[in-house]
This record gives sequence, structure tokens and C-alpha cells, in this order.
Amino acid sequence: MTLLRPAGEFDESYASDMATIRRPWQWVALGLFLAAIYLLPSYASQNTIALVNRIAISVIAVQGLNLLTGYTGQISLGQAAFMTVGGYTSALLMIHMGWSLFVTLPLSALAAGVVGLIFGLPSLRVKGFYLTMSTLAAQFIIPWFTRNAFPDLLNGAQGLNVPVPVLFGVAINSPQRFLYLTITTLIITTVVASNAARSRLGRAFVSIRDNDLAAELLGVNLYKYKLQAFFLASVYAGIAGALSAHYLRHINSESFGLADSIILLGMLIVGGLGTNLGPFLGAALVEFLIELATLAGPFLGKIAPSTAAGAVQALRPLFFGAALMLFLIFEPKGLAHRWQLIKSAWRLRPFSH
Amino acid sequence: MANNRPPQENQSSEQPHTTPYTMNWQLLPQFAVSGLLAGGPIALMALGLVLIFKSSYIFNFAQGQLLLLGTLFTWWLAVELALPLWLAIVLALAASAVLGLLIERLTLRPMTGQPLLSIILMTLALGQFLQGAALLLFGGTQRNFPQMFSAANPYKIVTPFVYNGRNIQIILKQNLVWSFVVAILGVILIAAFFRFTRTGLAMRGASEDHELAQSIGLRINRIFGISWAMAGVVATVGGVLLATSSGLDLNISLLVLAAFPAVLLGGLESIPGVIVGGLIIGLSQGLVSASKVQFIRNSAEIMPYVVLMIVLLIRPEGLFGLKRIERI
Repeated sequence: MTLLRPAGEFDESYASDMATIRRPWQWVALGLFLAAIYLLPSYASQNTIALVNRIAISVIAVQGLNLLTGYTGQISLGQAAFMTVGGYTSALLMIHMGWSLFVTLPLSALAAGVVGLIFGLPSLRVKGFYLTMSTLAAQFIIPWFTRNAFPDLLNGAQGLNVPVPVLFGVAINSPQRFLYLTITTLIITTVVASNAARSRLGRAFVSIRDNDLAAELLGVNLYKYKLQAFFLASVYAGIAGALSAHYLRHINSESFGLADSIILLGMLIVGGLGTNLGPFLGAALVEFLIELATLAGPFLGKIAPSTAAGAVQALRPLFFGAALMLFLIFEPKGLAHRWQLIKSAWRLRPFSH
Repeated sequence: MANNRPPQENQSSEQPHTTPYTMNWQLLPQFAVSGLLAGGPIALMALGLVLIFKSSYIFNFAQGQLLLLGTLFTWWLAVELALPLWLAIVLALAASAVLGLLIERLTLRPMTGQPLLSIILMTLALGQFLQGAALLLFGGTQRNFPQMFSAANPYKIVTPFVYNGRNIQIILKQNLVWSFVVAILGVILIAAFFRFTRTGLAMRGASEDHELAQSIGLRINRIFGISWAMAGVVATVGGVLLATSSGLDLNISLLVLAAFPAVLLGGLESIPGVIVGGLIIGLSQGLVSASKVQFIRNSAEIMPYVVLMIVLLIRPEGLFGLKRIERI
């Protein structure tokens, strides 16, 4: 698919062969898109900006999961647990040390990465579904730890009130201001993820996914690369968790639960495994669906008042579950694959074969 | 942590405590036995997972929601429609068998031949969907489930262990004992089904190799359907047993999460394994509950997963599972 290029477009140097953005108009389009996002606060409503913030944070977490599950093929049900680690780390460092977000964000990423490594250790011996179980264990043990360990520091089940980050003398205390922070972080994580995926590291990941025994015979160090994948995925989760904690200004053991881990995996599937575009499309669609459930809940309550109380809580998993099942049956390669099909069909038009 | 030691501790002269990190030894037999008994329903839930895994290599993450729906339906028949409890249970068992069949036909069969991740996600998505459906249909309130066993007269066992001049007594609720008996009977019944009936043998044969089974004339789709129906029935039995002792709300689906580690511990394909796995998980939860340190006592809820991590690191194929050798 990716080899299809418009007629007359040739690479004249190695640099242009490796370039992600090939044509001048693509730079213009990217610039316009980023400008539209960065200028959102001047024209969009509060709700839209909040939604974009949520999508951006989800995309970061899903990008990490994409490196682990999409490229390396290790299924993880613990991504939300590593978000918890990141959120708590950043909150604690800011409360007790008073450090700036510039310091706490990388440190929370690192903390989540190290915890991710611990739960990635079973990947040395087991794979596939067994590994899913080990990450599921992370999803239970980490929130339990925040509830029960160090009650003076972690404040038990009540959790922590997370301080407002201050950058360059500006308090990031509204969704509008937060947008600049999340989008800038997202740009950095996107560049890192897409470059990791097409370097030696990414090729090793893909070889492990496609056939780990063959990869090992070809000289790929399975343990090293699997643990690197776990580390990277957890680093991304840590960043997303820290951003989310500062955005919501509160974190407790239930902020990121098993359901969130499932939703992150679902976003990845809906978007498309092992693609750079997938996390964006998947996170956007699923967040949009959840938003729709939030809107449809009160409406359903009017039709059938007996269900009003739980309608929103019920509709979210219902919508998400139904959407994910339909995608798995009818579009298992995700939206990114469909987008490729549309693009190539358009390029070959009117000769479809 | 040392300061929440119970006061009667210091009266005993024969057991001087120098360190707070010890057990409440006088409570240990009680917690060990009730933990073991609580392992019965865990084993039954684990059995539902093994049933599906044995025939189709699918690990059903939606088992908890299957259990939730079956139990809610039993409650609805028995309380809302005021049917006799035995009739409600029979009807609910039939309904959950149908639900299992439907799930297999509508969601898992289109997934045949898809990669593992898609199938795992399918059962996860199914779980989310069913959880939402249960909440929408039945609401999220805590309900009292009709009692099957009298709560008034607990069984008492006098043990030979002496503490403070008295023999330690173990007090067991009837609920707990009979749930255990029913659960273990269920597991034995299913083991016999696999050993002695034609369908059971066909299911075991199919689990060895799907294509080979088809080529000797086994109808593989029907076998998958039967195993899902049986898993639905087993889930409902387990749910009803749990609901009689601890009431019924939407979180009952989370109790199955304690059964996942039991399955892995016992070995994914092994029916005797689920009994051993379930009992060990229950026992481990009981043992940490007898600790004096609150931090360790609280760890009862994650004990299954601590056991799971140990199993994965030391013996990933479980106690009775098969070790798979891979070729390129």
C-alpha cells in the first residue's frame, strides 16, 4: 500500500527516501492543521476543548500501547495501571518537592517505565495470553498498593489533590491553557514513536511480533527488545497519566482502572494496530462515542425514567463494547487500514485494478 | 502498624511476641478452613473458563458478566416474578445456556482464525457490553438474594489446637459449607462428563486439533456451542452460590477475576487443576487474613494475583497444564 505514489514522484536522495513528509504541500497542510488545533481556544467551545484534551491524553497512552501491542505483539491489559504510577509520581513530586512540571513529567515517565519493566519480566518466559494475565496482575496490584501502602504519603483510597502546574510563570489551570501543554507533548511523543517504529528498534519489535522464534534465530535479542517495548509503553503511559492527573487535579486508585485499560486496547484496535495514524483515529472515535453516551444518557432517562440513574454508566460500556465488537468482526485491521484503502483507491482512479 | 495489635494479645504468657510481624495463630485454623471452603466457588468459576479454553483455545474474559447476567436473571425470576427458587434456578440455567450459545454463534464464530489479540479483545468487549446491558436492564442497586441455607445454625468444629487453655473452635456458616459441596460436586460431574460420555470425549478430541477433529467427523461448531452453553450454566451456578452468601450487585462479576489466577495455577487444560488451583487461591486469601499486620491482611484481595505472578515466573504452564513446544 505504502509503495503507491503519485506518478512522477521519485526519490533523489536517501533523505527523501526516508522522509515522512514528502511534498511541500504536506508541510503546509500539517502547519495549517497544527495552527487550527493551537488556535482552538479562540473559536471552539469549552466542551470541544475538553474533548480535544481528553483525546490528546488518550492518544499518548495508546501510542505507548501501540509500540508494545501493535509493533511487538505483546498484549497488555495494564496500561492504565502504569498511568496511575505516572500520575502519582508527578503529583507527589510537585506536592513535596515543589518541582516544575518540566522535571516531574520526565521523572513520572521514568517511574512508570521502571514499574512497567517489573511487570514485563514474565514476558521473558511467557507470551500471548499468559502475558495478558501478568499485565492484568499489574492492573490489580498497583491500585491496591496506592490504596494500602504509605498511607501518610499516598493518602489511601481518597487519593491526592494534584497541584496546578506552573510553566513560564503561567498557571495551567484551565482546559484552554492545558491544550497547549497536551498538544505540545503529543507532538513530541508522536515524533518519538514514529521514529522508534521505523528504526532498528521498531524493526526488531516487528520481527518479534511476526515470529519470535525466527527473530531469535536471526539474532534479535528477545529479552532486551521485549523489555524495551514494555519500558517504552509504560513511559508513554506515565506521561499520559501525569498529564491526566494534572488536568483533572485529582488522582486516586480508581482514576485508571481495568475498564480504562480495556478502552485503551479498544482504541488501538479500532484505530489500527502497528500504524502511526491508528492511535489518533481510534482515540478520537472512542472518546467521541463515550461523549455520545454521556449525551444520550439523559435522553434515554426521559424515555424510560426507571433507568435514568444508571443510564450514563450503562451506556458507556454498552456503546464501547458494541462498537469494538463490530470493528473486530467487520473491520479488524482498523480505521488506519481503511484510510490506506481509500487513499490508494483514489490514486488509482479511474483504474481500480 | 504495630499499634493496632488486638489488646488480648498481651494476656497470653506462653506466646511472647517480640516482633509485630506474626500471625494471629489462634485465628489461623478458622481462616485456613474458611479460605479453603471459599476456594470451592472459585474452582467452579475457574471450571467455566477451562471448559471454553479446552475446546476452543479462547480465554473468556466475559465469564464474570455471564455469571452476573445469569444470577440477575435468577433473582428476577425468584423475587420479581415470585417463582419458587428451584424453578427460577432451572429456568435461569436454561436461559444462560441459550445466552452462551448465542454468544458463541454471534461473536466468537466470526472470529475463527483471527489472531489471539482480536479474540481476547472480543471477549473483553463482550464483557463490557454485557456489563452495560445488565446495568441498563436491572439497575445498579444492591439486592438481597433469597437464602438457600439457614444462616442461624453455623457448624462448629472443635480442633485439637489449644490456645489460652481452650480448644480452638472453627465456626463455619452453612452457606460456605454447602456452596463448597455443590461447587466440588459440579466440578466432579463435569470431569465425569468428559471421561465417560460420547459428547465429552468428542470435546476432548476436538481440543487436541480442530482440523483433525473435523476430518474424523466431529462437528466442531456444535462442540464450541456446547462448551459455551455449559460455561454459561456453570457461571450461573457459581453466581447463585456466591449471591446466597454475599448478596447480589453488579460487582459480582469482579469475583471471577479471582478465578483467572486459579485457572493458570491449575493449568489451563486441566479439570482436576481447577479444584487444586481454586483451593490454593482460597487458602492463600484465608492465610493472609490471619495476619496481625493490617497491610498484609488487606492484601487478601490481591493475593490471587500475587500467586499468579509467582506462577508465571516459576512455572508458567501451571501445576497440571501441558507444556507446549513450538516450532517455526
